[in-house]
Amino acid sequence: MADLATDAIEVREGVDRETVETVQNMGSYKYGWDTEIEMEYAPKGINEDIVRLISEKNEEPEWMLEWRLAAFRRWQTMTEPRWALLTYPEIDYQDQYYYARPKSMEVKPKSLDEVDPKLLATYEKLGIPLKEQMILAGVERGEDAGEERRVAVDAVFDSVSVGTTFKDELAKAGVIFCSISEAIREHPELVRKYLGSVVPQSDNFFATLNSAVFSDGSFVYVPPGVKCPMELSTYFRINAENTGQFERTLIICDKGAYVSYLEGCTAPKRDIAQLHAAVVEIVILEDAEVKYSTVQNWFPGDEEGKGGIYNFVTKRADCREARAKVMWTQVETGSAITWKYPSCILRGDDLSGEFYSIAIANNMQQADTGTKMIHLGKNSRSRIVSKGISAGKAQNTYRGLVTMHPRATNSRNYTQCDSLLIGDQCGAHTVPYIEVKNNSSRVEHEATTSKVDDDQLFYCRARGVGEEEAVALVVNGFCRDVLQALPMEFAMEAQSLVAISLEGSVG
Amino acid sequence: MLEIKNLHAELEDGSKQILNGVNLSVPAGQVHAIMGPNGSGKSTLSYVLSGRDGYEVTEGSAKLEGQDLLDMEPEERAAAGLFLAFQYPVEIPGVGNLTFLRTALNAQRKARGEDELSSGEFLKIVREKAKTLNIDSDMLKRSVSVGFSGGEKKRNEILQMAMLEPRMCILDETDSGLDVDAMRLVAQGVNALRSPDRSFLVITHYQRLLDHIKPDVVHIMANGQIIKTGGPELALEVENSGYGDLLSEVG
Ligand SMILES: Nc1ncnc2c1ncn2[C@@H]1O[C@H](COP(=O)(O)OP(=O)(O)OP(=O)(O)O)[C@@H](O)[C@H]1O
Ligand SMILES: [Mg+2]
Repeated sequence: MADLATDAIEVREGVDRETVETVQNMGSYKYGWDTEIEMEYAPKGINEDIVRLISEKNEEPEWMLEWRLAAFRRWQTMTEPRWALLTYPEIDYQDQYYYARPKSMEVKPKSLDEVDPKLLATYEKLGIPLKEQMILAGVERGEDAGEERRVAVDAVFDSVSVGTTFKDELAKAGVIFCSISEAIREHPELVRKYLGSVVPQSDNFFATLNSAVFSDGSFVYVPPGVKCPMELSTYFRINAENTGQFERTLIICDKGAYVSYLEGCTAPKRDIAQLHAAVVEIVILEDAEVKYSTVQNWFPGDEEGKGGIYNFVTKRADCREARAKVMWTQVETGSAITWKYPSCILRGDDLSGEFYSIAIANNMQQADTGTKMIHLGKNSRSRIVSKGISAGKAQNTYRGLVTMHPRATNSRNYTQCDSLLIGDQCGAHTVPYIEVKNNSSRVEHEATTSKVDDDQLFYCRARGVGEEEAVALVVNGFCRDVLQALPMEFAMEAQSLVAISLEGSVG
Repeated sequence: MLEIKNLHAELEDGSKQILNGVNLSVPAGQVHAIMGPNGSGKSTLSYVLSGRDGYEVTEGSAKLEGQDLLDMEPEERAAAGLFLAFQYPVEIPGVGNLTFLRTALNAQRKARGEDELSSGEFLKIVREKAKTLNIDSDMLKRSVSVGFSGGEKKRNEILQMAMLEPRMCILDETDSGLDVDAMRLVAQGVNALRSPDRSFLVITHYQRLLDHIKPDVVHIMANGQIIKTGGPELALEVENSGYGDLLSEVG
């Protein structure tokens, strides 16, 4: 007993120390460098020819092209939504590139050994392990480290997937993990069955745009009864200038299966804002469980709000059958604009949907993020824990929808929504929508807004902790419930990111 | 060790003068007590010494081993060896007590150019010290001061002091709210730290604590000044007859 407790403390200690060290070595946005590499671009702008070109580059079958074209035609009739609490200049959709890939990827490398060393070096510099024997660095282990934790990675560079690790080993377990472009070619039956079944082509302006021009992304299929033998992750890197990134992820977790999936993203510092409109679809069948964790660290723009990523993302999990479970955990620290509501459709009975979120907005960043819990089946539980932190002149909005349909009897939702303000020029907003259409379900919503407490900061400083580290400590404390929901390696990265994103927010 | 000369301080907005020329000198190795009526400026003195925002020093100086405290940031003062056990310890939700202690200790060590303690060493020392203060492992794991009883908070302050090993310890009413046994534990904790190169300034209202921690010198503070300085018998005098006579003596 005592030893267990000790281990837990030591593990926490390791995590916490990592944070502190990172804070001490804090630079500003540390992924802001770019890779000089020869790129191949599609002509600027968007039209049917561009859609055809993307489809052709990916060597897609005819049905896929038709699907894209249908989306494109639909998109032309739609207007960009402006209901979020976000202000940004008009986006000129014709003044962007929709496809960019490193020249060296023209002939698809058969294995990672054939990938351009410059690309591999990019991921190495980002700390992303593309060598299969590597594990994510920085974890302190006890004496009996036991089995090493491994993570399979799909690395996406601008519009294309550079490579996917541990494919063979995963294949042995029956798990398919590859780029979506490859899945369209190799597993058309699965893609055709599930693509667009969670986020329909016509879902919303950005999702429809994505459906027309998505270039790559990840595909996961976990067969019935299989617990995926390692964590899967996709790492998105935007490098090219003035190029939109539209990736598409499709995860299918078959009956009784389990998978934990991680998503990370960074981009170089650029003066001009860049558009990112991704779609993630997750299908979860009977008794299956998916954990999806994101650490979003796109370039947030500079202090004056110049540049940064405009992040308009549609993420949705469909718990289709009984006893399915989904857990979204997101740490949103980057992007100039964040428009993102990872949602759970609780269609079967006895389901569980959870959403844990940390959203940090500093300087001129604007975040409008939250979730939707759509209860359609009976006896389901959903839980929302949102921690919003605003600093500088940032605006941070939690927007959440909880619906209990007439059939969704005996269901529960609990929402906890806390906002923390640093300084007096930022804003925090909470916009909960609640609809309960039956008598046996219950929805609870709690919200708090507070300021970083001067007494807490002074107390830390009087014990020798410097001001920025003190803020990081207090904010990490504020986020603890959510940090604990993340896989260990991600928790560490997230803690340090919290500190880095808040740099310069005090004093 | 601590040398305070003619220290004047007011609220930052200028609305109130609180310290009106404090003179105080605590030599190395000594324990000094400060007593004085509510509102006389005892806590303010401790805050001004440790660098809390909200006060403006208008005159005078405060030196720790020759270094000018008033020029330093709070964390620099801590690293230089100043420690304040708060009258009202602050709660920090979500930050584990151990994490906090370790962060503080390593920050100070780093500021002084010393190596950080490894996780193993750190845990070993904390456990030992916590035990002598009757702090169980549950309290070590919980968030800083959150849900602690009044007495637990105070004991936790002494644990921090024992871990940080400061040169100059200021204890602001650490005895208030402690039961008899806890008071003895705290006093033992303080006495264990007494050494020729460490000094204490103990702010208290009660003789009780001074029975356990024998002061070398007792000061009486009133209206933001030290109005009388004497030996341990001064505390007994206050205990027996209050501040009335002392206050009228100085007029
Ligand atoms: N931030 C503040 N704002 C307004 N008044 C203050 C502030 N800080 C201190 N004071 C006032 O200054 C005076 C001295 O307060 P201080 O807390 O130093 O007294 P004390 O001697 O510690 O009293 P006690 O024995 O009750 O702890 C009091 O009148 C108090 O109200
Ligand atoms: Mg006081």
